[in-house]
Amino acid sequence: MPFTNEQLERYSRHIILKEIGVKGQKKLLAGKVLIVGAGGLGAPAAMYLAAAGVGTIGIIDADEVDLSNLQRQVIHTTNDLGKPKVESAKETMLAINPDITVNTYHEFLDSTNVLDIFRDYDFILDGTDNFPAKFLINDACVLLKKPFCHAGIIRFKGQLMTYVPGEGPCYRCVFKNPPPKDAVPTCKQAGVIGAMAGIIGCMQALEAVKYLTGAGELLTGYLQTFDGLKGEWHKIKLPPADPDCAVCGTHPTILKPVDYEQAACDWHASRDEGVAEDNS
Amino acid sequence: MNITVGGEKKDVKDGITVSELIAQEKVETPEYVTVSVNEEFIKREDFDARKLKESDNVEFLYFMGGGAR
Ligand SMILES: [Zn+2]
Repeated sequence: MPFTNEQLERYSRHIILKEIGVKGQKKLLAGKVLIVGAGGLGAPAAMYLAAAGVGTIGIIDADEVDLSNLQRQVIHTTNDLGKPKVESAKETMLAINPDITVNTYHEFLDSTNVLDIFRDYDFILDGTDNFPAKFLINDACVLLKKPFCHAGIIRFKGQLMTYVPGEGPCYRCVFKNPPPKDAVPTCKQAGVIGAMAGIIGCMQALEAVKYLTGAGELLTGYLQTFDGLKGEWHKIKLPPADPDCAVCGTHPTILKPVDYEQAACDWHASRDEGVAEDNS
Repeated sequence: MNITVGGEKKDVKDGITVSELIAQEKVETPEYVTVSVNEEFIKREDFDARKLKESDNVEFLYFMGGGAR
């Protein structure tokens, strides 16, 4: 379908890029990206992907907008307090760009809904705030052969990596198992500078745009870190996918999504006694 | 001897082990850090025994949550 005049104008700064062009913009409009978490990372990612004309954007989050969110979750405003985050996010995204479709999921992601929700999307962004969710997203993406971009932020630091099936290690190849609850500080406990969410969330949006259009090189096989106090980026080359990885390895033991919060007891007690310690 | 830690050149004692480097670098939550040497992950049970060599490239990879709430 040819572009309308309005689309030509709206996306003109993309279309003029040789890496994107008319072809790339069409791919963006045909693209489907799911953002898990309408919070610090999801907010800027959702706004830039909406503005970019990613044709279908899904956003999942069970929370409502809280005053303490507004320091960094720039998709929500003071008027949105108490509203479901996905509703507030959708309103902002459609206000930026009515040319797109936004699917909202006002629910927690867990082992029962993850595969059904992920199935319809081309690329997933992990903007979650906890490790059980990060491992759930990784495992579901490996099982469904979906690419995704992991990210995390804390204090003045952030990091991200992109998984593409068959092209490099998954999150579990690197981090093995979730750390015990409260063993590693969260943003709520340790704090986070608001702009860090913007920096890393925008990097995730960029990964999604690059995946959909084929522009440049993805952060597959790399963990990219940013130290905001020093102003330093660092790209860590990762080892190849681990053949012994519990989900993407040659003899996987994880064959369906796992809820860590609920399954934590039998998980640690039964099969992973040694592995929980071994975080190498 | 000289090694690279997190992209930065460091002068460390000859034959320093991964465990000693973790202590020296004051790595946060050392129980949960992932370590790679020359783009290869080191098993946690080998941290004490694994001695580093001149010009080794060491990376510490951290769990980082945060993002939504
Ligand atoms: Zn893996």
